[in-house]
Amino acid sequence: MTGPRVLFDLPGPRARRRQRIGSALGIVLVLLLVGLALWRLGANGQLEGERWAILFDPATNVPQRLLEALVNTLQVAAVGMVAATVLGALLAVGRLSEHAWLRIPVVAVVEFFRAVPLLVLILFCFLFLPQVGLSLSAFGALALGLTLYNMAVLAEIIRAGILSVDRGQSESAYALGMRKWQVMSFVLVPQAVRRMLPVLVAQLVVLLKDSSLGFIVGYMELLRTSRSLVETLNFSFGPRYTFQLYVAAGLIYILVNVLLSQLAKYIERRTSQNAKTAGTHGVAVAADIPLATGEAVGQARV
Amino acid sequence: MSFLADNFDLLRDAFLTTLSLAVVSGIVALVLGTVLAAMRVSPIPALRALATFYVETFRNTPLTVVFFFLAFGIVYIDLQFPTRFLTAVAALSLYTAAFVCEAVRSGINAVPSGQAEAARALGLDFRQSLSTVVLPQAFRTVVPPLGNVWIALAKNTSIAAGFAVTDLTAVLQRLANANADQLAMVFAAVVLAYLVITLSSAWVIGILERRLAITR
Repeated sequence: MTGPRVLFDLPGPRARRRQRIGSALGIVLVLLLVGLALWRLGANGQLEGERWAILFDPATNVPQRLLEALVNTLQVAAVGMVAATVLGALLAVGRLSEHAWLRIPVVAVVEFFRAVPLLVLILFCFLFLPQVGLSLSAFGALALGLTLYNMAVLAEIIRAGILSVDRGQSESAYALGMRKWQVMSFVLVPQAVRRMLPVLVAQLVVLLKDSSLGFIVGYMELLRTSRSLVETLNFSFGPRYTFQLYVAAGLIYILVNVLLSQLAKYIERRTSQNAKTAGTHGVAVAADIPLATGEAVGQARV
Repeated sequence: MSFLADNFDLLRDAFLTTLSLAVVSGIVALVLGTVLAAMRVSPIPALRALATFYVETFRNTPLTVVFFFLAFGIVYIDLQFPTRFLTAVAALSLYTAAFVCEAVRSGINAVPSGQAEAARALGLDFRQSLSTVVLPQAFRTVVPPLGNVWIALAKNTSIAAGFAVTDLTAVLQRLANANADQLAMVFAAVVLAYLVITLSSAWVIGILERRLAITR
């Protein structure tokens, strides 16, 4: 279906007028609701400039702490992203292996880690691993949990990518006399990764969002830091700045994630124009890949 | 094993809480997400813009942050959910609706344009052609992505544990603190409970997919 236009006629003058009136009413309604919320906020004193100024006043140490928290968030996400991508590629190759002794354990690992909630994995790394002598900091537990979960998801994405590469590619590589590992690592995986790049980046956005679970194991990422700032400031001033700090944390998350999503869209446009990948596409890859996370499904638009 | 028997009631209640959290949020998210998807393909630009804004916002916000705002933020505009469970349902369904919307929209896009053209040629208006021709076909093609959204939702319910809902993960934390010596058993039990939900869902989705798939 080529865009939404197929579903309705282009509106005529009367329909357009009706739509404009309806839209205006709708906008007024939304503005009313926003206004109502702002009014209640104002009535509770939440909109005072002084309360918001704290977010930008270096003397209070708040901007520094938030920046530090953002760096912490990005750090754990970066470690998770790199480790999960590398392990995911290995698992994807392992799952496509012809040797049952390799394939079956890999399938079990992938399916297991996709089916268990991330939070349970993080808690496992945080609470259980120290008991068996593997002491992990909150950072380590969070990074390991993120890696374990996302490597399984990424493995499935990369596997779908490998399967979507034209059979002719591997056939000609074999015909050139390449060994199996050469075909995989020089021919199939590079093309698969490039083909799946938009979905991969989308999953990495999910990973970044999920790093906010560090909140529960006490890693000082954005959310946890806002909480601790709220507690410190409450101690001296009472609950004056609670709302402002949480809004700030939320906005930073949205900003960073929107930037990453835009990057994904940009990459998607770039790769679809690229002659090297354009030659082999026409396979609807995204729509039916069994992605375990709903988050990546958004990329499945055709 | 006697340890598990002692805490069987606790685990069973937690399992039911997790399951009902997922089911209730899933239904709300499905309805809301379908409405959003219809808005995104509707003839009215304002509705399209509103739905797009909603989806982009919620897709880029961590679920934990959504929880935070519904649990602690809306107090400042003098609103409050009556129970913690409802807070969790609201957070999960608002968040998941964005992903349902994207899945359904991809399904709408996958319906061949001839179908919508034929519907319009028969004189059906936008609402009729969407609800009687396009959406029924769209839903059949999006069974796999919607299934993934459902499984993700079932796993995401674990975040409610951080907000005072006694679901499986909350019980995991509680039992882990109280029985440090039985930790492996606690984890095994809770993971097993989650696997029961996710793996059986995956199985049912596979069956539905085969039954409903349209071969074109």
